[in-house]
Amino acid sequence: MSVLTFFRCVLRGQMLAMALFAGWLSGTPLFAGADDTEIKLQRGAYLARVANCAGCHTARGGQDYAGGRKLNTPFGEFVTSNITPDAETGLGRWSEEDFWQALHHGKSKDGRYLYPVFPYIEYTKISRQDADAIFSYLHSVTPVKQNNPAHRIRSPYDHQFLLFLWRAWYFKEGVYQPDNTKSQEWNRGAYLVEGLGHCNACHVARNVWGASKDDKLTGGEIMGTYWYAPSLISSQQAGVGSWSIDEIMTLLSTGVSQHAVTSGPMATIVRQSLQYLTDGDKRAMAVYLKSLGEQDTDRQPKPKIPPMPETVRQYLAQGKNIYEKYCQDCHGASGQGAPGIYPALAENRSVTMNPPLNVIRSVLYGGYLPVTADNPRPYGMPPYQHIIRDVEISQVISYIRNAWGNFGSLVSPDDVDSARGSEH
Amino acid sequence: MRLPILLWMFVFTSATMAAVSVEVADTIVERVKPCTLCHGDQDKTGQDAYYPRITGKPAGYLFNQLRNFRDGKRYYQPMAMLLENLTDEYLQEMADYFAAEPYVYPPPRPHALLPALAQEIQTLVDSGDAARDLPACSACHGTDLMGIKPFIPGLAGLPSAYLAAQFGGWRNGGIMRGQTPDCMSEIARKLSQDEVNALVLWLPAQTASGAPAEQDALAPKLAERCQSIFATGAVTKP
Repeated sequence: MSVLTFFRCVLRGQMLAMALFAGWLSGTPLFAGADDTEIKLQRGAYLARVANCAGCHTARGGQDYAGGRKLNTPFGEFVTSNITPDAETGLGRWSEEDFWQALHHGKSKDGRYLYPVFPYIEYTKISRQDADAIFSYLHSVTPVKQNNPAHRIRSPYDHQFLLFLWRAWYFKEGVYQPDNTKSQEWNRGAYLVEGLGHCNACHVARNVWGASKDDKLTGGEIMGTYWYAPSLISSQQAGVGSWSIDEIMTLLSTGVSQHAVTSGPMATIVRQSLQYLTDGDKRAMAVYLKSLGEQDTDRQPKPKIPPMPETVRQYLAQGKNIYEKYCQDCHGASGQGAPGIYPALAENRSVTMNPPLNVIRSVLYGGYLPVTADNPRPYGMPPYQHIIRDVEISQVISYIRNAWGNFGSLVSPDDVDSARGSEH
Repeated sequence: MRLPILLWMFVFTSATMAAVSVEVADTIVERVKPCTLCHGDQDKTGQDAYYPRITGKPAGYLFNQLRNFRDGKRYYQPMAMLLENLTDEYLQEMADYFAAEPYVYPPPRPHALLPALAQEIQTLVDSGDAARDLPACSACHGTDLMGIKPFIPGLAGLPSAYLAAQFGGWRNGGIMRGQTPDCMSEIARKLSQDEVNALVLWLPAQTASGAPAEQDALAPKLAERCQSIFATGAVTKP
């Protein structure tokens, strides 16, 4: 290494350190202000993680970013595209401008409207600088020649004109605008949650046209998955208004905290994306999420538990027997669990939440907590779908929803069956 | 405004603190509880059940299966959902654990095949069928059908229902999708339905004992034929 190269390296290192420091000071996006290609690439790699591009654009067991993952919706089956820089089958011929057009305007390189299954409703809030960084990173990954099958969209949803109407009605284009009455940290969190993290793509109910009910993270069933993405505002669901910032950050880092565990698609998001957030970004996200929870209007006084008819009492007593046989070893005789390992079921909102979809699916399918840097050997829950019958599953869930001070509606064997969705 | 929240938090914290949290052992045994609910009990991995034994199988084989389930290359939805968020390193640790566990095999279950058919199957297992380019089962799965380290599983001691399902999977492409060439798909497709039916009864009638054979028991020619297992099945640590 020549002396000159050595100095260049030192200089580059210093620039990176300065950029990091400046970013940290100002609370603006990390690495801001540096235009060095390498720094832009690193920033792009980081932002692509936060936006979790690979989460959808990688098939199960497939090559990173080569697409081919199938997403089932009521409108048909969508297949994610190859976003590696392969010239024939990927984004090799795209320019920064083309990429911006897709991310910000929801239009493909050829001018066709993109289906909103690609979350441009949220990505439109991403800044141009961040979009360019993501694009340069995507152009630096290994190109993969892979033609993915075409979408199979049900008629009439395959008509571009319908998409035109849909966009006119539901799509509001525009980069995130900071709220000057709030701190920079809060604004950074809002940008991450609303834009890059596109949380509202799942945490909201959708109407018959597949459009989000609102952009307020009010919770809804995730299209085509049979999982329920809880409200991030409601204290009855996953609102974190009463949590400490540290606990929210722990949940984002590991998918498990003192009072909650993530399951289903959220555990996957923690593994693929959230664990990689810088502490600054995790904190910003936590600050914003906490502020949403504090606006909660769903706070309800603890309900008085009405006297139960004998049949209900018996139903729950059977549930208790099943609980003692299968669940108690890990979750404890009083539902206290082992926080951080096996969740407490007493006062656990995922247990009592309506709809009871997630708790049913957790019992049916079990699952491990995600492997993360902070929790490399997580514990897990076995699937019970072939150990106990639907009626027993409904009894035990009804029991845990109404034991130890919990209060929730009863669950029927039909509820259990319909929570299986297409996975019969 | 703050006071009620603080009070509420205090009540909440003290309520949860009241019950002492469950003690959880920091061991791999505790961590693989989700596996052993189905694969652990004798009565669930025995001859009448669908769940195969996993203890005592070669570590490389177990690791490959775990990874194939997770990555959608071997289709079984409950396993895929369970393993979704686990890394190769952790799956390897689980595989190593089960490979090293001792196992008490179920007693052989006598078959009621006609002597001529049973003899035919015995020949197929021991010598294969050169006319159809079928290698002997024992050439890869070991002379005592207990498998060969690190990638080839034993066949003795598996439940009939499980064996039948695997043959079905290979013939219809449900197993090891995406790994080509896949020797077992090729072999299973060459077998007649009658042979498959007889094999899944004949195998559970064999005595299962001992451990998988060492790697050098596998002829290089067969290793080459089954390269799919070796090519993508590299175990990260021995």
